[in-house]
Amino acid sequence: MLLILNEEQEMLQDAARGFLAEKAPVAAFRKIRDSKPADGFCRELWLEMAQMGWAGIIVEEEHGGSGFGYVGAGVLAEQMGRNLTASPFFSTSVLGATAIQQFGTEKQKEENLAAISSGESLFALAVDEGPRHNPGRITFSAEPSGNGFTLSGAKTFVADGHVADRLIIAARTSGEEGDTHGITLFLVDADAPEIVRERTPMVDSRNAANIVVDGLEVTGDAILGELDGGYGALEGILSAGRAVLSAEMSGSAQQVFGVTTDYLKEREQFGQKIGSFQGLQHRAAHLATEIEMMKSAVLKSLKDLDADFDNAGMTCSLAKAKTGQVAQLATKEAIQMHGGIGVTDEYDVGLYFKRVHVAQQMFGDAGFHSDRWARNSGF
Amino acid sequence: MSDTEKFRTEVRAWLDKNCPEEMRDGDITAENQCWGGRLWEFQSEAQKIWFERALSKGYTVPIWPKEYGGAGLSAEEAKILDEERQAINARKPLNNFGISMLGPALLAYGTDEQKAQHLTGIARGEIRWCQGYSEPGAGSDLAALKTKCEDKGDHWLINGQKIWTSNADISDWIFCLVRTDFDAPKHQGITFILFDMATAGISVKPIVLISGHSPFCETFLDNVKVPKSYGDNNASVVGEINRGWDVAKNLLVHERGMLGTMSPLRGTTGPENLGKFAAEKIGLDATGRLDDPALRQNIVQAELDNWAYNLTVERMTDEANAGNGLGAKSSMLKYAASELTKRGTELRMEIEGTTAAIIGEDGIEYGSLANNWLYNRAYSILGGTTEVQFNIISKRVLGLPSQ
Repeated sequence: MLLILNEEQEMLQDAARGFLAEKAPVAAFRKIRDSKPADGFCRELWLEMAQMGWAGIIVEEEHGGSGFGYVGAGVLAEQMGRNLTASPFFSTSVLGATAIQQFGTEKQKEENLAAISSGESLFALAVDEGPRHNPGRITFSAEPSGNGFTLSGAKTFVADGHVADRLIIAARTSGEEGDTHGITLFLVDADAPEIVRERTPMVDSRNAANIVVDGLEVTGDAILGELDGGYGALEGILSAGRAVLSAEMSGSAQQVFGVTTDYLKEREQFGQKIGSFQGLQHRAAHLATEIEMMKSAVLKSLKDLDADFDNAGMTCSLAKAKTGQVAQLATKEAIQMHGGIGVTDEYDVGLYFKRVHVAQQMFGDAGFHSDRWARNSGF
Repeated sequence: MSDTEKFRTEVRAWLDKNCPEEMRDGDITAENQCWGGRLWEFQSEAQKIWFERALSKGYTVPIWPKEYGGAGLSAEEAKILDEERQAINARKPLNNFGISMLGPALLAYGTDEQKAQHLTGIARGEIRWCQGYSEPGAGSDLAALKTKCEDKGDHWLINGQKIWTSNADISDWIFCLVRTDFDAPKHQGITFILFDMATAGISVKPIVLISGHSPFCETFLDNVKVPKSYGDNNASVVGEINRGWDVAKNLLVHERGMLGTMSPLRGTTGPENLGKFAAEKIGLDATGRLDDPALRQNIVQAELDNWAYNLTVERMTDEANAGNGLGAKSSMLKYAASELTKRGTELRMEIEGTTAAIIGEDGIEYGSLANNWLYNRAYSILGGTTEVQFNIISKRVLGLPSQ
């Protein structure tokens, strides 16, 4: 396995770079933030992305996708991170598509994958129940009733939860809080009357929602993966999400670092370019090195997902940890090195700082993943 | 089966058949490498056998051309060979500065005659090289070097002093930077020259470090007469007179790349097994976590950074092989590797507590943890300090302005 992009992936990268620069630059995101559309993104743009094969980027061709795998998804996410592109790509094309393609029945695949690929159906994954990511502590309840289940509980921080057509809910069918056994994934229609969805505006101006479910009756057909054995599937979906979020954060960090070094070359203080000051040069050099480490970690996690999905969990975790740290450092340094202009709303670096903060919290921050790594290594 | 798969199968079979069991201990510390040279004595029969078999296959320097003793492998094939070697934990058959530093510089700047003589000697493990770069007044500011080299018609006359000359006391030849023009701007009067350490006028004195041991020496050059040519048309000077800085810089890129990938990062003392080691020494609490939360966090961070670092070595190597040379990015690897190397042994020392600080009646034992921990302080100084690497990265990678 070579740790570089192949020709096809480089072409995808070039296409994404060109398309996003034209259709979804940071200015477009700023417009969405300020005009506050109900969707939180531009539907027309999303359908255009779908037409280019982006919505079905990881979906196999037989199900209407473009079959580019996770490296392909990461290539797109990185460019979206550079442009702060708001779209349901992460919730639908990464989380939703992974859930169905990896763990769905043939019927579920037929019903959902083409709809994901065409951009017509939006998905959201509902995992967390508190302010900090903790997929082991699921209490959302799924009680057996009749020949199905009754779902009740609350979920927080569901990306695109308020606009999704379908929800994937991680619920407890047996066991106690903290047990990994006893968790089951349910695929349900989001517009059922028993489901109340409340959009929670976040500091990054991207879509998140609280979801409350009160007595939703579903049949066994709604189960995605195995009854009581859904934790493994959840881990797989989260791994894919972590790797692709890392790619997005990597894009944001690289972009903001590029903007910062450009600024260091232009801005004059004390009669000199500030980039000639060793105090700033050495911090920039350190950050540049960290960014290279981050890029390697991200690419490895994506390649591992493509090569051996079931065993990619730890590299995805490590990528998320490293990227969370480096992307935060990059955006913090960007603000500091820009000085006063860096903390103005008019200037873009603050937008990256906010997005990176939220993205690094989603599905586990560096502390969460460090702990996971240590536990997995037996200490 | 593709050509690369076929090559992998062949390499695997060859390694399996030819690499002795004893050479598969994964131990790649400085002490048990095969360094070669006139003074070299094999540490074991297995080491000798392994070296000879690899040599006959061109695997001591796999990517060098066959005419110079290499195997002429492509970068991709060399990577496969390396992967398969590491998969069975085998040591490298030969490892020295000739391979990692002088060889690449000669391939770029040497004449055919220089390549024929010197590369072949390196590939065969016959000549061990040391590096005469630093001087007492020219460490981080390397171009301030003052060792004087005068043109005496039929020979060069060299006077001066080198310092931090690794393994000078057991090396056969030296690649050396000397000043041939004191009036030119400091980067422009330097010449890159090769000579035999057996030449009259050279004396060597080992330097004792805080670690109690070290490979470093002071090298005194007192009226050393270096022939202009060793044999027919085989110049001792590489590249042009007064233009040695170009050769030196090229070599430094390789040196930093090499320092960025060398042991002890990947050996048994490396950070990748710190957690396991700590769990054995310290024990776990009721929740299965290391019974020292602060230490646990530091260890995880080191392991995580080590993991990202190893991947970066791999990625940058793949990128370089695909045509984007490593260039000044080798300074990133050098910086990261030296920091990680230090952290690895610092954490080992913490894990072992006062036990590790016990040194015994005869002082600090060579190869001991305390020895490595102390010696590792030098990693962010030798080969260019971290601060020098930062200057290189900021100017040559990021293009930041000079004052």
